[in-house]
Amino acid sequence: MQRTTIVPQPIRKGIDVSINGKHFRHTGDPDLPLLWYLRDELRLTGCKYGCDDKSCGACSVLVNGKLKRACAVPMAKLVDADITTVEGLAGPDGSLHPVQQAWVDEDAILCGYCQPGQIMAAVDLLARKPDPGDADIDRIANLCRCGSYPRIRRAIHRAAQILQGKPK
Amino acid sequence: MSRAHDAGRRRFLKIFGTATGALVVGLPALAWTPDELLGQNLIALNPYLRIEPDGTTVIGARDPEVGQGIRTAEARIIAEELDADWNKVVVAPLDLGVSGVNGEPHWTYGHQTASGSTSVPAAWNDLRTVGAAARQLLLRAAAQRWNTDAASLRTLRGVVIAADGRKLGYGELAEAASKLKPATTRPALKMPSQYLLVGQDAGDVDARDIVSGRQHYAIDEWFGDTRVAVITRCPYPGGKLAHLDDSAALKLKGVDKVMTIPPPDPARTLGTQQLAAGVAVLARDTWTALQAVAKLDVRWQPGSLGAQGDDALAAAAATALAGEPSKAVRSDGDFGEADKHARHHFKAEYRFATVAHADLEPPNALVKVDGQRAIIIAPVQNPRATFDTVQRLTGLAPDKIEIKLPRAGGGFGRFLETDYVAEAVMLAKAAGKPIKLMWTRTDAFAHDTYRPFSIHAMQACADRKRQLTGWSHRIASTSRLAGREPRERWWLSEIHPDDLPAGLVDNLQYAWYALESALPRGTYRASSHGVNAFAMECFLDEVAHGLKQDALKFRLALLGEPRKLPYRGHGGPVLDTGRLSWVLQLAADAVGWSKQRTRGQGFGLACHFTFGGYVAHAIQMSMQGKRLVIHNVVCAADLGRVVNPLGARAALVGATLDAFSTALRQRITVKDGRIVQRGFKDYPLATMAEMPHDVQVILVPSQEDPTGAFAMGFPSAAPALANAVFDATGKRVRQMPIWPELLRLL
Repeated sequence: MQRTTIVPQPIRKGIDVSINGKHFRHTGDPDLPLLWYLRDELRLTGCKYGCDDKSCGACSVLVNGKLKRACAVPMAKLVDADITTVEGLAGPDGSLHPVQQAWVDEDAILCGYCQPGQIMAAVDLLARKPDPGDADIDRIANLCRCGSYPRIRRAIHRAAQILQGKPK
Repeated sequence: MSRAHDAGRRRFLKIFGTATGALVVGLPALAWTPDELLGQNLIALNPYLRIEPDGTTVIGARDPEVGQGIRTAEARIIAEELDADWNKVVVAPLDLGVSGVNGEPHWTYGHQTASGSTSVPAAWNDLRTVGAAARQLLLRAAAQRWNTDAASLRTLRGVVIAADGRKLGYGELAEAASKLKPATTRPALKMPSQYLLVGQDAGDVDARDIVSGRQHYAIDEWFGDTRVAVITRCPYPGGKLAHLDDSAALKLKGVDKVMTIPPPDPARTLGTQQLAAGVAVLARDTWTALQAVAKLDVRWQPGSLGAQGDDALAAAAATALAGEPSKAVRSDGDFGEADKHARHHFKAEYRFATVAHADLEPPNALVKVDGQRAIIIAPVQNPRATFDTVQRLTGLAPDKIEIKLPRAGGGFGRFLETDYVAEAVMLAKAAGKPIKLMWTRTDAFAHDTYRPFSIHAMQACADRKRQLTGWSHRIASTSRLAGREPRERWWLSEIHPDDLPAGLVDNLQYAWYALESALPRGTYRASSHGVNAFAMECFLDEVAHGLKQDALKFRLALLGEPRKLPYRGHGGPVLDTGRLSWVLQLAADAVGWSKQRTRGQGFGLACHFTFGGYVAHAIQMSMQGKRLVIHNVVCAADLGRVVNPLGARAALVGATLDAFSTALRQRITVKDGRIVQRGFKDYPLATMAEMPHDVQVILVPSQEDPTGAFAMGFPSAAPALANAVFDATGKRVRQMPIWPELLRLL
């Protein structure tokens, strides 16, 4: 009788992350920047590529509640991290997050490419400063080539009002 | 985008496709619509319009959306004449409409480009009829249903209403309407007093998708089995590969291939311009490709003509301006004589740095090519040029080339070029696999089609009554048409013979002097108006100041009684001086020009006629230490009838800020024959903190046809700022970028 040896599979090494409430395990290159993990592997393309040196902010996401440039965060630093991208802001029924709704209401769009990153930066700001002044808003350094800044500013003020239960 | 297409697949009854298609078949000879507008291809391809049984109205937007709001404006124009219920409208972008007629391309939709603020005027001309023709069919279908006369019926927001109050929704009538033979006469258009949508605010139709991260730009698209390509390009214009060792790159897991892009061949232009020599890595994803490119051991040999920096070009300009012009563009009266006899003389030189586009979405292209078909998904402003490039590279028949027009992350002229598409098509053909070509930010800065460098020699003279008697504007520039058009046409992109003050000053000369440059150049927002208006409006300010005249009164006096001057070129055939004076007056009033001034507060004005639109800026600013603080910006605009005021305001505010950003600190520099700037850190776009909190926009009510809006807010913003800086500081900045020069002068 031939004996079969059962060799247990080695535990598959990987980096566990939670993205917009869903669990993923990254088993590839630990140096892979979160930006490309989101875009090329998960096809979460709301996180935009805009530059290589953290200067534009188009790839802004929340990592454990903190605002990060996804282009500069390697997967190795994300073990068990909780990540929110722009795709994860809306409610399960598809209802927009108040910040997203404020952007629509103020028509803060133009080409729109930088807006997911701008929105993530605003979500972060409002979590830290529920009623931000203009000087607080000025600290958002996300770039917009089209010049939508005045509408972004208005949208942030509007979102602040909504989030504080003061309908505008 | 996705919603519209899903809806289409789900329960699309082919309604107006047939109807409008047939409409034109019966009317090929009529001059009121281009025959390509509603060609029969409409049936098979994307129709402009289709109405589903539930009343959902899908409107196709033909022009590329680059942030100018055209999808919204175009849909509003069609929906207005259709009398559609805007809440039921879904806007779907159209592909480039092309079919083959005897092997030649035939354009299905007429105008399909995002350039020169032409989309809205073209849509106004063409597309109102689309909506009106469909509305006629719906009225006739209802008349049949009720057995009554169509003339007794009316429509309101997607409903046909009978005299006795009976109602039928468009959705209920759509199928019957689709079977009617269209009328053979041009449908009547609404009277402006009947407009419900045109002239009212509408938010961007893609807003919800954008804020949700669902909006797909070209960079967000993939095909199955796609290889990502990243190219390292020769940094020297016209240079070629000297050495390549790709062994380290090829050892990386996930790397497929390394391929070379040949150096430019002057006899064969592959895109709208020459491609740089390059080495491409094809890999399974972007990160792998980027790492592999970094591992390439590659050396380049410079081309015969090295890239020149602005200082070298300035020296060449000095020589050129001392000689004969390459083109005497305009000569009214005799400037030399006038200057000789004048009481007051003015002379100044303005200089404009080379600048880059810096669209937030870098060039990229997703391309699938096999022997049968090519599909291109890329940020595209000029779909026909893209088509032409793809056809030259693939030899495919026109109807086998599919150009998708995704929303683009900016445009500003960069995506009028097709170099990145050409690269991707070449790689896809050679690799036999779909290619997703990614440009890095550094690539985008190093291989842009830059706004030309220019030096403007300005001269003016006035008589003892302080009236302008002579004006001379001579430009030495690296024309963007060099290398693309015959030499005798190069001046055309650089100076406009009928730009003001032509027609206002008796002795006037405009001339252009050619400068050579190896850097690729291209169209930049508002074209040469963006710099020419600065030279003209700032110099006019100098003259007014020198003559001790109020800058507003001086300008208004110069513009004189409202009259129409002939204007050859884009925006013509006339320039109405009255419309320009009016916006100038409005802007000045709103900024408080004539009021008591506070010390240290600088006020500045400028106005310009761009592509048919009349815009003036008025600015109040001050220097707070080494900070320039803009307190108040007014932009008054007469753009004819405004289709979507919310969109037009966005365009004007955006253009104003973009103009400040470009003028204040942006410049491309060259060192050792290559571009220095690698990213936004050394090419600073203005941030929120640096920009005014708001721009007060005044839109002049008008019954004139719409002009579009995207370019118009750009040219007068920067000169108004520089004029305000002079008012505040007494320092005249005659350069772009303004900021380093101002720091030098202060």
